[in-house]
Amino acid sequence: MSVYIAGIGQTAVSEHWDLSLRDLALDAIVRAVKDAEMDKKRIEALYVGNMLAGELAQQEHLGALIADHAGLLPIEATHIESACASGAEALRMAYLHIRSGEIGCAMVVGVEQMTDVLTPRATVGLAGATDADYEVTHGFSFVAINALLARRYMHEYGVRHEDLALFPVNSHANAVHNPYAMYRNEIDVDRVVKAPKVCDPISTFDSGPICDGSAACVLVNEESMKELGINREHCVEIASSSCATDTLTLSARDAPLVLKAARISADNAYKRAGVEPGDIDLFELHDAFSVMSAMSLEACGFAEKGRGCELAKEGQIRIDGSIPICTMGGLKARGHPVGATGVYQVVECVEQLRGEVGRNQVKDAEIAMAQNFGGSGATVVTHILRRV
Amino acid sequence: MEISRNWRLRYQRYKLEGTKCMDCGNVSFPPRRVCPKCGSENYATKALMPTGEVYSYTLVTSPPEYFESQAPYPVAMVKLDDGPLVSTQLTDVNYDAIRIGMRVEMVTRKLRAYGKNGLIIYGYKFRPEEAKDGN
Ligand SMILES: [Zn+2]
Repeated sequence: MSVYIAGIGQTAVSEHWDLSLRDLALDAIVRAVKDAEMDKKRIEALYVGNMLAGELAQQEHLGALIADHAGLLPIEATHIESACASGAEALRMAYLHIRSGEIGCAMVVGVEQMTDVLTPRATVGLAGATDADYEVTHGFSFVAINALLARRYMHEYGVRHEDLALFPVNSHANAVHNPYAMYRNEIDVDRVVKAPKVCDPISTFDSGPICDGSAACVLVNEESMKELGINREHCVEIASSSCATDTLTLSARDAPLVLKAARISADNAYKRAGVEPGDIDLFELHDAFSVMSAMSLEACGFAEKGRGCELAKEGQIRIDGSIPICTMGGLKARGHPVGATGVYQVVECVEQLRGEVGRNQVKDAEIAMAQNFGGSGATVVTHILRRV
Repeated sequence: MEISRNWRLRYQRYKLEGTKCMDCGNVSFPPRRVCPKCGSENYATKALMPTGEVYSYTLVTSPPEYFESQAPYPVAMVKLDDGPLVSTQLTDVNYDAIRIGMRVEMVTRKLRAYGKNGLIIYGYKFRPEEAKDGN
């Protein structure tokens, strides 16, 4: 049974001091309903992706909360948490429930409000993606974990910070033309390398910002598409969806420099969609840190081990390259409101496949891939989308 | 203040107790009841050798809540001589002197406190092996 994305909505990623979690979620939901040109009464279930509301706002039970404030009561509603992969995992749950035949139309919303608290508090929250007893109690932040990875990656493969810096440079260049992006300014390698270190060797320009945002998608099956009078031309098919897991800590892995779950998740997604890496026209990868971009390209079959930066050096990751990545700014420059990020990635793939993004348009885009990480690739959710 | 939660971890924090799989011999830290290598549930506890070498390291300058007074501080992944990698702080060392491959040994130190009148958590950190020569 095919599942389609019939409508998309997103809020500009920013520091939204004037918007609460429920306001943010509602904003994206309203936009997605409008985009699908449908009656919201036809939505049968709501899936909310969010990582930090419990920790930062002492607010759990987001399924019913958002359903209520979006005027969707009494439909089924639930909250999905898989750290920074919460958004894509919420989308996957909606996809699976439609595939099961239980429902025909679902709303997915990823939402995060992180800037209500001070940075040390948000840092504790984000560190919840790793092992609380064996890393957070020892003073580890999530940035520190990625810095350990970056240092070892540079050491083993002889990669320089200047090489890794090409990824944020690309993300910023693409964000310039995305009205929903947080940082719409170009940067250069020098700026990345000379910026203050958050955790040596990671500088402030190697990592995504703490920010707020929300994104939403309406999913339908063939039958609901007809019943709801949704324009087929406007839809994008979810060609495949997959999820794989790995240890929460890098220390528990045999080979910390290999994103094993990313490889397995991507391989399953390729297989289920009947495509190969060479068929992917654009790839929204999880560039929470520069080193993650390089390692993702390697895990998903676009580069050999330790050679991810070569693609960036050759210009292959740009809009006009062989594998454009982070085409609307990625986590680095569009922003990384953690539980919403996976939905933003898919929304951007849909925009690309519909041919709606103007200056950033990947020419003749037919197939797009989005990959969302929870933690350091401990949960990896991959979606492959196809133009109808 | 999570007293029981921290008390449960006393053998790990104070003597680096992990597990050894009785079927394939794989050594794990933190302890695991199911062997990640072969799936066996047949294990024995094992206090690991308190020595190893630095696998990777960094300096935390933007710390999580409750660690503000310690910052900046170095953290590392240490490859223990018994095999596993352990996530830990480094201590008694200048950040600029830390290198990948540097030999280190376990010491017991204060990890964190729960506020001014709360519980103080002690546990392992690692320092350069040669630091003991000065004692
Ligand atoms: Zn075993």
